[in-house]
Amino acid sequence: MIKLENVTKIFPGSEIPAVDNLNMEINEGEVCVLVGPSGCGKTTTMKMINRIFEPTEGKIYVNGEDISKINPIKLRLGIGYVIQEIGLFPHLNIAENVATVPRELKWPANKINQRVDELLTVVGLDPKLHRNRKPSGLSGGQRQRVGVARAMAADPPIMLMDEPFGAVDPITRARLQNEFLRLQEQLKKTIVFVTHDIDEAIKMGDRIAAMREGKLVQYSDPNELLSSPADEFVANLVGRNRSIKRLHLIRAYEAVRSNVPFLEKGDSMESVREKIEDSELRAVLVVDDRQKLIGLVSADDIKKDRGAKVAGDLAQEIENYVTDDATLNDALSVMLNLGEGYVAVVDDGHKLKGTITLGDLLEVVKDDDARAAS
Amino acid sequence: MNVFEFMITRRESLWHLTVEHFYLVFLAVLIAVIIGIIVGIIITYSYTASVFALTICQVLMTVPSMAMLGFLLPFFGIGFRTGMIALVLYSLLPIVRNTYTGIREIPNSILESAYGMGMTPWHVLLRIQVPLALPVIMAGIRTATVMVIGIAAIASYIGAGGLGELIFHGISRTQPYRILAGAILISIMAVMADLILGWVEERLMVR
Ligand SMILES: Nc1ncnc2c1ncn2[C@@H]1O[C@H](COP(=O)(O)OP(=O)(O)OP(=O)(O)O)[C@@H](O)[C@H]1O
Ligand SMILES: [Mg+2]
Repeated sequence: MIKLENVTKIFPGSEIPAVDNLNMEINEGEVCVLVGPSGCGKTTTMKMINRIFEPTEGKIYVNGEDISKINPIKLRLGIGYVIQEIGLFPHLNIAENVATVPRELKWPANKINQRVDELLTVVGLDPKLHRNRKPSGLSGGQRQRVGVARAMAADPPIMLMDEPFGAVDPITRARLQNEFLRLQEQLKKTIVFVTHDIDEAIKMGDRIAAMREGKLVQYSDPNELLSSPADEFVANLVGRNRSIKRLHLIRAYEAVRSNVPFLEKGDSMESVREKIEDSELRAVLVVDDRQKLIGLVSADDIKKDRGAKVAGDLAQEIENYVTDDATLNDALSVMLNLGEGYVAVVDDGHKLKGTITLGDLLEVVKDDDARAAS
Repeated sequence: MNVFEFMITRRESLWHLTVEHFYLVFLAVLIAVIIGIIVGIIITYSYTASVFALTICQVLMTVPSMAMLGFLLPFFGIGFRTGMIALVLYSLLPIVRNTYTGIREIPNSILESAYGMGMTPWHVLLRIQVPLALPVIMAGIRTATVMVIGIAAIASYIGAGGLGELIFHGISRTQPYRILAGAILISIMAVMADLILGWVEERLMVR
């Protein structure tokens, strides 16, 4: 889909190349993450793909076509672009910002409106509330969402994203990442994603390009990057807790134990006692009649409230849950933050899927260590 | 005769002079806006051109108004036309300079995302750069207008018309109330222009 062939970029007045003889191929429908320390040439590489910069040497192909022969405007209209600073237009409202590319493509007004509402919904912003607001009235996370929506407006098959979630707090970032991955699973776009955060790279990438001083040091999938770093530089980049980093690669739905005992809110006290006796944690999750998680009943709760008739009366709300698209690393942070030994896993409709315990996470990490050692 | 009696008894001719003065200023600023914004935009594309144009404007500004009129007189003769040309030249600097800075001050990230998404340079100019620079351009127009309201009074000396006539007649006939009436009306016009254009500027700034 995208192919870089001996690409070198030397900025005028500079001796050292910013990008040095880069060769790589990005497959259709994959997320390719460029990662490396500041100044290693990630942004420069990305900007050559939409011809903001022209390579000093080498060729870049998109869909087999040499891009130096494509009109830059035509090329760019087919490539979604999110820059690190987001770059929303401050004098235009959110709808007008998102409509930028469709307007350039001269779509009819009603089609543009429809598409704007659709996209805002996709990125989790209520069109009714946000359509007419100016960027200055949005939070950092909301601006990032608008930036992504704007890049996706004309449904380009390719997206270039330069640290698109860089300017938000870690919790918002994790949420944006998860939403983005869920979306990408359906859309299957070809994405070049720049970050200097190795955790983000491992989480987001189908393939990771580790760069150093303009050179490509290793280009492989995240598993391989973690288990066999090409040299000391990559090993340092990846860091020492490699097996813990692998928690980024596994999603809650892959690791969830679904055979845990649970109660329905109408269950009698007898079955509540029974199930709690049987459970390891001396506590059992409670769901409503549509399998949605209500909370938890523990042995202590039974002692305290003798008047309760059914499980629902006793259920205490809990915070230690994650959605099933969260990574095991997210699950671990929730456990550590709340001091719990497990998390409940729910789907996006808040239906209970099961639980993941700290022990389960240790198993994953241990397995990896064993595999790495062998 | 005191100034208020004078202003009441001669209100019709004063009104006539005020309209004339306003017309002179309005036309001069209008022409300067058209030329100034175009020049201001063009010079953002070339560093050399910007230095050249801004220096010329700067020099024009430092020429005393009497000297400017005296210089233009042999070419354009006595009357409205010479006054008009002088006023246009004076209004150019603030408008050219503010158009230029207004556009140059736009953060690079905004332009980069505009170009990067495939907007044509023409659309970037019309939909992004000019609208974003508009409050700054408006501030330049305001400065130019207020300044030219004052300078137009001097242009009356070479027969361009306007409220300056009151002042010059007052001086030659030693009738202080005439001078005062002219000065008062010019000040009122300047203050009103400043307030109204300031209000417009503020409205444009709301984002
Ligand atoms: N427009 C430019 N003109 C001259 N030199 C540039 C330009 N853009 C980047 N460089 C240089 O090229 C090198 C690579 O820069 P680049 O922006 O690609 O780094 P990066 O990997 O994106 O870093 P960061 O993580 O800090 O964004 C740097 O040494 C930088 O100074
Ligand atoms: Mg960068």
